Amino acid sequence: MINKNLTDAIALYGKTRENLMPVMQYVVSKENWLSENTLEEIAASFGISPAEVYGVASFYTFLDVAPRGKYVIRVCRTISCDMEGKGAIISAISGFLRVKPGETTPDSMFSFLETNCMGWCHEGPAMLVNEDVHTKLTPEKAVEIIQGYIDREKQ
Amino acid sequence: MDNNTKQKKLAELQGKVNLIFSQIDCVKVLDKALAMDSQKIIEDVSKSGLRGRGGAGFNTGMKWKGAAEVKDDIKYVLCNADEGEPGTFKDRRILEEQADKVIAGMAICAKAVGACEGYIYLRGEYNFMKAKLQAGCDRWNKIFSDKKLNFKMSVRSGSGAYVCGEETALMESMQGNRGEPRNKPPFPVVEGFLNKPTVINNVETLAYVTTIINDGPEKFSSLGTKTSMGGKVFSVSGDAEVKGIYELPLGMTIQEFVDIFGDGDTKAVQVGGASGSCVPRKNFDKTIIGFEGVPTGGSMMLFNSSRSMYNVLRNYLEFFEEESCGQCTPCRVGCQQLLKGIEAIRSGEKPQEYLAELQKLASTMSIASKCGLGQSLANPFNTITRHFREEICY
Repeated sequence: MINKNLTDAIALYGKTRENLMPVMQYVVSKENWLSENTLEEIAASFGISPAEVYGVASFYTFLDVAPRGKYVIRVCRTISCDMEGKGAIISAISGFLRVKPGETTPDSMFSFLETNCMGWCHEGPAMLVNEDVHTKLTPEKAVEIIQGYIDREKQ
Repeated sequence: MDNNTKQKKLAELQGKVNLIFSQIDCVKVLDKALAMDSQKIIEDVSKSGLRGRGGAGFNTGMKWKGAAEVKDDIKYVLCNADEGEPGTFKDRRILEEQADKVIAGMAICAKAVGACEGYIYLRGEYNFMKAKLQAGCDRWNKIFSDKKLNFKMSVRSGSGAYVCGEETALMESMQGNRGEPRNKPPFPVVEGFLNKPTVINNVETLAYVTTIINDGPEKFSSLGTKTSMGGKVFSVSGDAEVKGIYELPLGMTIQEFVDIFGDGDTKAVQVGGASGSCVPRKNFDKTIIGFEGVPTGGSMMLFNSSRSMYNVLRNYLEFFEEESCGQCTPCRVGCQQLLKGIEAIRSGEKPQEYLAELQKLASTMSIASKCGLGQSLANPFNTITRHFREEICY
């Protein structure tokens, strides 16, 4: 059975090797990660080995090959954000969602990760929630932002 | 320096260089370039003295000349918008506010070297601006076809790998592979994207090209110094009183910079991001920001005396250990050992003398690593451990 998102992605980009990344990026944007099944289907569609596809996917931080929640929170841990207090942000989010960095909430809503420099060093601490950028965080503000995503889901 | 004087000094410097963020009619600039001989474009870019603004500082005109000289029906122009160097965020603002200058710069390059396709490789962290940037490319593609310029552009995304900012890794990534740097030579101007002749330039470099064609090469070359001509967009962060993105002339001393941006207690400036060099206070007035002193892709991180340089170095090493692509042993194992090494000295597991071994390892990495990532690690490691030894071992 071919994954619908994969079919869409291939229709959009084609299946020559240069389009492997855009295809995987598209699937991740819909499903949040690349399952073993998806990787195998991509391999079959592109006519390359599953190991090769896994090799490419696992190279890139944003092409997750482990299950991820609907919202992936990535808090910047690099120096400027570290100096601005990313530690307190991590603790606040950890406490609020009751997950440690690297974990996903049991309802698969949030995955909580740390990430390397995301280019907001003058407005740290910063985090990404999927593609949304949030800067100048305080522990309270970070929790409020995540509550916002929870509220959005309830509507 | 009091606040008023600082503001005045900053305004004065910014008055000298206002190229990147000024409003110009980029379509007109393209018209001007299209009316020029390809060779003349390359000559003007060479004459301006423009060197790559991503950090490596290769002469832009020379790069273009190299690509123009290779005979091939298919050539590419790539814009490296994968700025991932810690402390660097200038390209984000350039792309948000001045994408037209960047796209026009790519088209000018296409005309000069005879390229037919162009791509902006945008780091995944900047996906929030991708749709807008792609719309910009679509709008320009129409302009190109109206003007009978055989050139087409689009945006490609990265997926969170720092090493893809290295030009050949970026090409591997665009070809659907792991972002592992290639051996050089062959250089991209001969064998680049899909093994075709390729010019790859930084966002800021391409934006400057448009201003150089607009103003003529003399205006640019009259700024800065003999070795470091022109302006530069700086990303200022850390313990700075004023942070953010500023276009300034090259050739200032670190002291002049710190006087304006520092908080009065600056003990060190990391120039050029995590892979750049750390300049301690005692060298501020004799260190020039530019290719004759400390080169930089624009990142200026300030540290005041409340900061532990051990923590700074460890944070950098954690970054590199994770971002090393793992392809070559000196870098893969070297990054791990440097990190483990300073932790072992800190915990007392290794004697202080072990630091000399680690410095030797960093120097070995700079000779033996395949790409800039491993090669440049000696910059932060050796400058921080030499100038702040007492903060690393005690």
